[in-house]
Amino acid sequence: MAGEHKHPNYMAIFWTLAILTVVELGVVFLPFGKFANGTMLCALALAKAAIVAAYFMHLRFETRTLGLIAITPLAIATLLVFVLMPDTFAVNHKTADKKPAAEAPAKH
Amino acid sequence: MSQAATAHAGVEPAETPLTPDSWGKLGMWIFLAGDAVGFGALLAAYGIMRATSGDWPDPYHVLGINLTALMTFLLICSSVTMVKALEWLGKGDRDRCKKFLFYTALGGAIFVSLQAYEWTHLMHRGLHINGNPWGASLFGTSFFIVTGFHGLHVTGGVIYLLAVLGSVARRPAAATYNMVEIVGLYWHFVDLVWIMVFTFMYLL
Repeated sequence: MAGEHKHPNYMAIFWTLAILTVVELGVVFLPFGKFANGTMLCALALAKAAIVAAYFMHLRFETRTLGLIAITPLAIATLLVFVLMPDTFAVNHKTADKKPAAEAPAKH
Repeated sequence: MSQAATAHAGVEPAETPLTPDSWGKLGMWIFLAGDAVGFGALLAAYGIMRATSGDWPDPYHVLGINLTALMTFLLICSSVTMVKALEWLGKGDRDRCKKFLFYTALGGAIFVSLQAYEWTHLMHRGLHINGNPWGASLFGTSFFIVTGFHGLHVTGGVIYLLAVLGSVARRPAAATYNMVEIVGLYWHFVDLVWIMVFTFMYLL
């Protein structure tokens, strides 16, 4: 029970999360384009989520199998994106067929 | 515990190898994994709808970021008060634990209030669940469903925290340690999900 594992330095984790949030807000204004900025924002969000799970939720100090249970939803969600991708393109084609090329809205 | 198990042959073991301290913790982790799939599906659906839409509004400019950045910071703070509550209970200090549990619940209540304020403000500007002045109507639909689903989790979390706070007030520290640890797992998960929602729905 209590005191079985060493408590991590929670204030250091808090500051890491706060600083990463400020970095995220800064990334929005970087001039590297939507894709590069988006990749950075996703990486930062995943890093923050991993820190919360590992330290606040003590996942680092739990058994490995519990970690596997915790990571499964991320794998499923990632898989879901790929599974839905063919539909994404199908809808794009449909819209392209319906509208004249000139009227087709630019991506994003 | 293990004595009870050996006394009755055929009774399942009292300890789970995954979370030796309690079955409840394993239960919460499995619930959270399932809940995470729910949020994962919502966010994946959001991404697909946005990618296939030709006139998706720019969320950063429509939704604004200042208030939500503050809300993000607030949830991170409430996660810290949550770990502090458990830390103090581990040292047997129930009064400090109650105090920090209360701060955590208060943080959650302020978060939900700010969200209600944000929703009202956006609705006045024309963002509705079935349409908006800026473009794809699914923008409003997905915004209210995803942030609403998360807001319901925070609301449930505040009630859950207050219920646990009541237990800590009535029972000895050792009897409620697992309970506080488990409500903590739920609360940090709500924080974790908000980190994702904030990035995908506001910043991207």
